Amino acid sequence: MNIQTSIKNTPAEQALLDAFGERLALLPGDGDVMLKRDAAIEAIKAGLPTRRIESWHYTDLRRLLTKVPAFDAGLEAKPVAPLIEGSPVLTVLNGVAGKPVAVEGVTATPVAEKLGDGTYAPALGAQGADDAIGALNSAFVADGWLIEIADGTVLEKPLEVQNVQAGGQVHTRFAAKIGDGVTATIVERQTGSGDALVSSVDNVVIGDGCEVTWLIVQEQPETATHFGQFNAWIGKDAKFTLFVMNAGGKLVRQEIRVVTKGEGSDFQLRGVDLLAGDTHTDVTMVLDHAVPHTGSREIIRNVVTGKARGVFQGRINVHQVAQKTDAKMACNTLLLSDDGEFSTKPELEIFADDVACGHGATVTEIDHAHLFYLMARGIDEKTARGLLVKAFVAEVIEELEDEALVEALETRLDGWFADHG
Amino acid sequence: MLEIKNLHARIADEGTEIIRGLNLTVAKGEVAAIMGPNGSGKSTLSYILAGREDYEVTEGDILFNGQSILEWDPAERAAAGIFLAFQYPMEIPGVATMEFLKVAMNAQRKARGEEPLKVPELLKKVKDAAGTLQMDMGMLKRPLNVGFSGGEKKRAEILQMKLLEPKLCVMDETDSGLDIDALKIVSDGVNALRSPDRAVVVITHYQRLLEHIVPDSVHVLYKGQIIKSGDKSLALDLEANGYAGVIGEAA
Repeated sequence: MNIQTSIKNTPAEQALLDAFGERLALLPGDGDVMLKRDAAIEAIKAGLPTRRIESWHYTDLRRLLTKVPAFDAGLEAKPVAPLIEGSPVLTVLNGVAGKPVAVEGVTATPVAEKLGDGTYAPALGAQGADDAIGALNSAFVADGWLIEIADGTVLEKPLEVQNVQAGGQVHTRFAAKIGDGVTATIVERQTGSGDALVSSVDNVVIGDGCEVTWLIVQEQPETATHFGQFNAWIGKDAKFTLFVMNAGGKLVRQEIRVVTKGEGSDFQLRGVDLLAGDTHTDVTMVLDHAVPHTGSREIIRNVVTGKARGVFQGRINVHQVAQKTDAKMACNTLLLSDDGEFSTKPELEIFADDVACGHGATVTEIDHAHLFYLMARGIDEKTARGLLVKAFVAEVIEELEDEALVEALETRLDGWFADHG
Repeated sequence: MLEIKNLHARIADEGTEIIRGLNLTVAKGEVAAIMGPNGSGKSTLSYILAGREDYEVTEGDILFNGQSILEWDPAERAAAGIFLAFQYPMEIPGVATMEFLKVAMNAQRKARGEEPLKVPELLKKVKDAAGTLQMDMGMLKRPLNVGFSGGEKKRAEILQMKLLEPKLCVMDETDSGLDIDALKIVSDGVNALRSPDRAVVVITHYQRLLEHIVPDSVHVLYKGQIIKSGDKSLALDLEANGYAGVIGEAA
C-alpha cells in the first residue's frame, strides 16, 4: 500500500532528501541527535516554505531554491586572512573544523565532538513550522565551533571564526556561551569559492554585564546559496551589538532572532547589504523585548544595483511585562538601478503600555544636489557617485567604536565597489 | 578670461526663463562684483557657470579662456579651473571632509596630468590653509559640512578654493550668514587669492562685502540681464540709493 504524500517535492527538495539518505551514516551523533535529525528532515519532506508562509512572503524558498549541490569531502577550502591582523582564528574548511586556538579565557570545542557525544542534541531542531533554516541545519549539521568564554574575560583582539566553503554542501553551527562581565568582539566570516549550499546557525548566550560585538561578514560568490540564522539571548545590563554585512551570494537569507532576557540589556543591530547582479538577499529579524527596561536600535542600509532583489523584515515584539522598552528601527535603501528592487516590512507588536517604539523606512536614489557639489570640485561623476554610495553605508560602519574594525570593513566595502561600481 | 555672450537660460524642468540675454566679460586679474535685487538671477548665473543640470542654456555662449564650456560637465569645468563657492554648501553625511579634500585635489591633478599628492604633502597643505582661515583641524575629520555653523561652512568653501587654486572663482553670496569677524577672515582668504592670473566674480546683495573685497568692476543684474556696469563707486551708489534708480534708468 502506498502512503500518499500531500506534496510533490521539487527537484531541490528531492535532492536534499536524497542527500540526507546518503549522508546519514556519515553524520556525527546517534541516539537523541539522530532523532532530532529525523524530525528535522520531515520539514523538508513537507515542502520548503512558499510565499504563502508569512515570514517567507518575499522569499519564496520553494521557488527560489533550484540548485542543491552534492556533498564533496574531497574539496579543499583555504582559510582567509583575518579581518584584523593577528586575530586568533577558528576555521571550518569545507564543513570540517580545524584546530582550536589558545586564547586565555576561551575554550573552543568542535561541534562534531558535541554531536558525537550527544551533548549537543538539545540545541538541534526547528523553532516552529516556518523555521526552514533551523530544520535544514539540524538535519545536516556536521561541525562548527562551541566557544565558551569565562566570566570576566576581556579579549584584546577579536576572535574570528571562518566558515570557508569550496562548493558542495556545508552545514555548520557556531555556538557561544559568553560568561558574565565579558568584553569581546567576535568576527564571523562566511565566504568561499564554490557554488555551494551553506547553512550556518549561531546560538549565542550573552551573560550579565557583558559588552559584546558580533560581526557577520558574508561574502559568498554570486553563485552560492547562503542560509544564516543568528540566535541570541542577552543577559542583564549587557550591551550587545550585532553587525551584519551581506556582500555576496546568489540566494541569501540571514535570520536574526534576539531576546532581551535580562533587565537593562541593550541590543544594537547594524546591517549593510550590498546587492548586485541577479541575486536575492533577505534579512529577517525577530526581536523580543521580553523584560522591562531594555533598549534596541536597528539600522539597516542597503545598496541595490543590477537586477538584485533585497528584503528586510524587522519584527519587534514587546511583551506585556516589558515596560519602558525603548526600540527604534530604520531601514534605508539606495536604489541605483531601474531593475533592482527592495522590500521592507517593519512590524511592531506591542503588548506593554509604557514604551517608546518606532520605525522608519526610506528608498531613495543618489541625491543630485550632493552629486553636483562633489562634481563642482572636479570629482568625476563615477568617482562622485562611488563616494556618495560608500558614504551611505559607511555611516553605519563608522558607528562601530573600534577603529581597526571600521578600517577593515571599509576595505571590504572598497573591494565590493571596485568589483561592482 | 570669462566671456558670457547673450546668454539665455531656463529652469530645465518647467521652462521658466531666468537669464535673458546676459553679457559679461571678466578679464584675467579682475575682481568683478555682480549685484542685484532678490530674484534677479544671481544664484542661477553662478550655478550655470558651474554646470548644474537643473538649468538649460537655450541661447548664447559662455567662453572660458576662449573655449565654450557649455558642453562640459561640472567636474570638467572644475578641473579646467572654475570654482563655485556655494551660497549654501551641501552637507554630505558619511564623507569625511579630509577624504573629500584628498579626492578633489587629486581628481583635479589627475585631470591636469599631475601625480596625486602624497599624504604628508596633502596634510601639510591642508593644515597651512586651514590655519590662515582659523579653522580647527578637528573639524576636517567630521563629515563634510555636517553640523558646521554657517560661518564654518563658508570658511570650508574658502579652504577648498585655496587648496584647489582655481583660475576663476565665483563667490555666490559668500557674505550671507557671516558675522563681522567671519566676514573679515573669509574676505582676507579671498584677497590672498587675488593674482594677475586669476579672476574673481563676487555675487552679492549688499555692498558690505565689497568693503572687504574691493572690486575692479561692478555690474547690476536685473531680470536676467546686466543693466548697468561701472567701477566700485556704483556699489556705493546702490547702497545709498537702492536698486530702484538704476532699474528705472534702464527701463
